[in-house]
Parts: sequence; C-alpha cells; structure tokens
Amino acid sequence: MEQRLFHRLLRDMMLSRVFEERAAEEYTKGNIVGFLHLYPGEEAVGAGVINAAGPSDYIVSAYREHAHALVRGVPARQVMAELFGRATGMSGGMGGSMHMFDRDRRFMGGYAIVGETCPVAIGIGYAIALRGLPEAVVCFLGDGAVNQGTFHESLNMAGLWRLPVLFVCENNHYAIGTEIHRHSAVTEVHKRVAGYNIPAEKVDGVDVLKVYEATRHALARIRSGGGPQFIECETYRYRGHSMADAGAYRPAAEVKAHQAIDPLSIATRELELRYPTTAELAAVGADNVGRLTQHLLSEGHLEQAEIDALQAEVQATVEDAVTFSLQSEQPSMDAAWKHLQCNRHHEVLI
Amino acid sequence: MSEELLYWQALNRAMDAEMEADDSVFTLGEDVGLYGGSYRVTEGLHAKYGEWRVRDTPISEGSFTGLGVGAALTGMRPVVEIMTINFALLALDAIVNMAAKVPFMSGGQFPMPLVVRVPGGVARQLGAQHAQRFESMFMNVPGLRIAVPATPQDAYWQLRQAIGSDEPIIMLEHELLYFSKGPVDPLADPPPMHRAIVRRKGGDLTIVSYSRMAILAQEAAAELAKEGIEAEVIDLRSLSPIDWDTCAASIEASRRLLIVEEDCRFAGVGAEIAATLTERCFHTLEAPPLRVAGLDIPTPFNGALEAASIPRVADIVAAARSLCPRRSAQ
Repeated sequence: MEQRLFHRLLRDMMLSRVFEERAAEEYTKGNIVGFLHLYPGEEAVGAGVINAAGPSDYIVSAYREHAHALVRGVPARQVMAELFGRATGMSGGMGGSMHMFDRDRRFMGGYAIVGETCPVAIGIGYAIALRGLPEAVVCFLGDGAVNQGTFHESLNMAGLWRLPVLFVCENNHYAIGTEIHRHSAVTEVHKRVAGYNIPAEKVDGVDVLKVYEATRHALARIRSGGGPQFIECETYRYRGHSMADAGAYRPAAEVKAHQAIDPLSIATRELELRYPTTAELAAVGADNVGRLTQHLLSEGHLEQAEIDALQAEVQATVEDAVTFSLQSEQPSMDAAWKHLQCNRHHEVLI
Repeated sequence: MSEELLYWQALNRAMDAEMEADDSVFTLGEDVGLYGGSYRVTEGLHAKYGEWRVRDTPISEGSFTGLGVGAALTGMRPVVEIMTINFALLALDAIVNMAAKVPFMSGGQFPMPLVVRVPGGVARQLGAQHAQRFESMFMNVPGLRIAVPATPQDAYWQLRQAIGSDEPIIMLEHELLYFSKGPVDPLADPPPMHRAIVRRKGGDLTIVSYSRMAILAQEAAAELAKEGIEAEVIDLRSLSPIDWDTCAASIEASRRLLIVEEDCRFAGVGAEIAATLTERCFHTLEAPPLRVAGLDIPTPFNGALEAASIPRVADIVAAARSLCPRRSAQ
C-alpha cells in the first residue's frame, strides 16, 4: 500500500511538472493564449493534499489549478485541451486556464478572483452540514487571498457553524508580484486564522509526505464532524505569477534557493530577510520533486528503473495531450449559447 | 380562491410553500431568522424549519451570497436575502463573477438554483446610501435573470417560480410595496415568470413600466382618462429577459411610447427599452419615445427634494399629455 502511494505521489508530481513546462512551451508557440499561471515548485502541495482527499470530498481551487485537476484524476488530454480552448476541454473551451471544472470528480473550479474559493467552499460545506453527510471540502487559496475580505468573512462563518471545510493555503510568498513581508502584517499565514476558532497549522509544503499526512488527519477529523481546519503549506513557485510575468522582482538567488530548497535558508530568511549566498545554494539538495525521488530511492521504495519508466510514461501522456488538443475541434457559438442556457431545461420564460 | 394579502405576506407564503415542498430550499441573510426579516418576509420560518434552513448570518454580504453560490453548485436551492440593494454592492463579486458565470464557464456542468432577494428603491428619507436602484447594472450581466414584481400576486408567483428555476435570479422588491395589499390566489395558474402584463387597456399611448412605477403609471392612466387620453399600461414584471413582443404589439396600436422608471435616467433601464423598441417599432412610432425617470442625482435626504428626484403621478401625466398633443389640445 505504502509503495503504491509513493508511486502515485511521485507520478502526480512528475506529471504536474512536465505538463506545466509543456504548457509554457505551447504558450510561447502561440497555441495557448491568455493568462497561464503555472505550478512548478508547488507540486508537493497539490499531490499531497488531493491524494489525501476521498472521491466524495469536494475540491475548490483558484486559477493555478491545472495540476490540481490532473492530480484529481482529470485526464491530461482534457486539461490540456481546455488550455487550448477546444471543445474537448474539461470546460468545453468556455473556461480556459483559470476556470476548470469537473462535476463528476467534484472538482468545483477554477476561480480567478483572489479570495473567491473561500465563500464557494463554505457554501458547499454548508450544504454538506445541512444534509448531515460524512464529506468534506478542500478549499485552496494563496497567501495573497488572506488579505481579501472574503477570506475573513468565510473563515468566521466556517468557524461559527463548524462547517466541514479544510482550508489549504499555498503560501508561495508572493501576492502576484508583492513579497509577503510587503503585503501581510503577519507573515506566518496560519497565525492570521487565530481569530476564528479554527485549528491552524503550518506544514512544510515542499515535503509531499508531510502534506499528505497532515491533510489525511485533518480530513478524517472534519468528515466526522470536527469542524473546519486550516493548513498553511509553505512553498514557492519557480516561475512568475503568470506567463505574462517574468518575475523580475525576485532576486535570481532567491529563486535558485527555492529550486534547490533548503529549510535552513527559509529560516534564516524569516529572521534576517537575507538571501542565501551562492556557496549556500551549492551546498543544498534537490527541489520538491527531486527530494521525494531521492527519499524513495534511498529508502528502497523505488528503483531508478521505475523512476525512469515513470518519467517516460508521464512525458508520453503529456505529448499525447498536446497532440489531442491540436487535433480537437474548436467549440461553436451554438455550443456557447447552449452552455449559457444549460439550466433552462424546459422552462418557458415569456 | 384568492385572499387579500400584503406584499410581504405573499412573499412569506411563497417561501413557506417552497420550503415545505422541497427540503433543499433554505434561506439565509442578515436577521432573516429570529428577527423574521427586516420586512417580515421570513417571519415564522425559523421556528418552523430551524436554524440550518433559516440562517441568520453575520454582516458579510460578499461571503454569504458566495455561500449561496457554493451551495447551489451542489443542487441546494438557497434564497439569499440581502437587506437592501445598497449592500448588494458588497456581493457583486458573488452575483456577477460567480453565479452568472459558473454554469457557462464550466461548459454547462453545474446548475445555479440561486435566488437573491433584494429590497430596494427610494423609500422614505433613508439618505443617498440607502435609496438606490441598480437594476440597469444587473441587466448588463448575461446569465442573470431579474424579476420585479409590483403586486402581491406577482410577488407570490414569481418568488415560487424563481425558487423552482435552476438559473440564478435576482428578485428586486420595492421597499414601498411591502405593505401594499392585493388579491393572491395561490392556486391560479401563473403566467410565465418573465411575461409582461397589460394592466390597463388603452389606444392613445403605451406606458411601459415596472415595480412601484407600474402602480404609479396606472394612477396616472386613471387621471389621463378623465382628459380623454387612454393609456395602455404595461407592467414588465421582469427586466431580464424583457417581453418585447407584448410591448411591440401595444405600440402597433397606440403608436406612442412612454417609459416610466424610478432609476436614474442616464444609462438606465429606460435607455435599453427606448433603444430596442425604437429599433423594432421605428416605422410605427409617431413620436420619439419619451422617458420619465429619476434625476441623475444621489437621492437627497430632504423629503420634498427626495420626492422630486423620482417620477410622481403628475410627472407621468404631464409627459403623456406632451406625447399626445392633439388630444390634449381638444
């Protein structure tokens, strides 16, 4: 069982990485247009959290959600085709990069206004509580969202009515281009939850196993009526906010430090706001995918050959998704009207 | 069997009937529970259905309206009460960016059986922040439907129809109508939710109006009749969609159009009505359409100025006269 879990986590993280890097390539080729917010660096959070959720749990995500959809089990073809705006995409080409939905998998979107996931999640949580079901909602948000009113309003209601919601903050230290010390009076995000009677903890978002375990425990407690919880996953994105953003506001050394993540460098930065030296960078280990790979190898959970096979499989899956998307039809305007009126059924309006 | 009810009572009956028939219906908002609603619309429901189905919320319009959106995604039928339209500005993200968008941008995967009930309009000296009319703003958002009941009967029918629909619907309830009285027959077959109703027949001009102004238009028509001007009064009942056919058919006969709206004139509801009906009836119209509308000014607190900032019966009568010059000259 453990072996299969490790295998799945590693595959999901690899798939997330390869998929996103390939999406960036397609963006520069002009096959993907519009906003494209990529996930590299944050894979351990999506893989750890969503693998710990059950099929009856709901996932509410924001606009950096391609990898979340992939981990939830949406075929890479459908995710990529949505980035291409094709009729075969998971939202029929009507949503795009920031609006991915899959009703059957309880993947509830795909929201592009910062802080919106919180009210949606408490609404789903309210429905679960009202019906008395043993289900939970996972609500993703970024560190930028903690400054929106909806974050505080929703946390208050979740705490007040003990709603079955797990808030997962992907703290990548940047609200678009503004570093957390410049956007939040308290930089430890989980401490900002203290006013809402919701247990909150900080987890190393680079360590997928820690993320997975923390989520599993939290969801079990939430499903059995324990009320909401909050997990802050400390992480980092390697790229800019979106493909339109080169991320020039970040010192190269900072990006490198996180690519070769070192918990010590995070600690020193917290204390001194000092960026690691080149020598320090050279001394540290691998990034979140690399770290898991090394761990699994050294513990004897996986052989190098299996890892190579996984990498090849993931790459083939993404290639296939791109080919599929390029060959897929464009949606029609008729389809757009149909989607707009999808809930009209046989209602006579006039 | 019809019964005389106040407008708020009709809404209350409709809520009760829907909540009894379907346990996925629930309501939430500020003071809808123990207090019974600021206009008494949810009176008695908390005691009957309990706090999970009649939920008093904190003062957090943005998020409790968003809560309604999230619940609707799972097939629940939330009725969100926003205490006044003025506070709905804080919930615009939930209404415009979420409720109106998710069914579409998910490629048709999700229902949105959300009703947002909002009292509004100019009442009695509530000041500029509590006397606004934002219907034209919501009309510019595809994916939303807007009902504007003027009578207790319509309030009853349209709220029940709105709750039964799988699309997001805004119910705009005029604050001065809550204590108006009229017959309500819960068993009668309702017209389609967005169909306009001809409230008064007449062949000299067509007055198109909605909500409280439709009541004033009927009073004006009674005055005009004394002068020999027969006005046909159309109560739109809905602002999205709008029943253009009923309006056009009336204009075919009357050849003159007067629009009466309480919202501000500039880029208001009347602008859309005038534009569309002009496009459609240009060759029929004998005169340009005329609008009687609210002044483009924040609502003054002073009672006399407040009254003068929105159409009065005398304003409607005067405009109708100017539109029918030969008649009034007789």
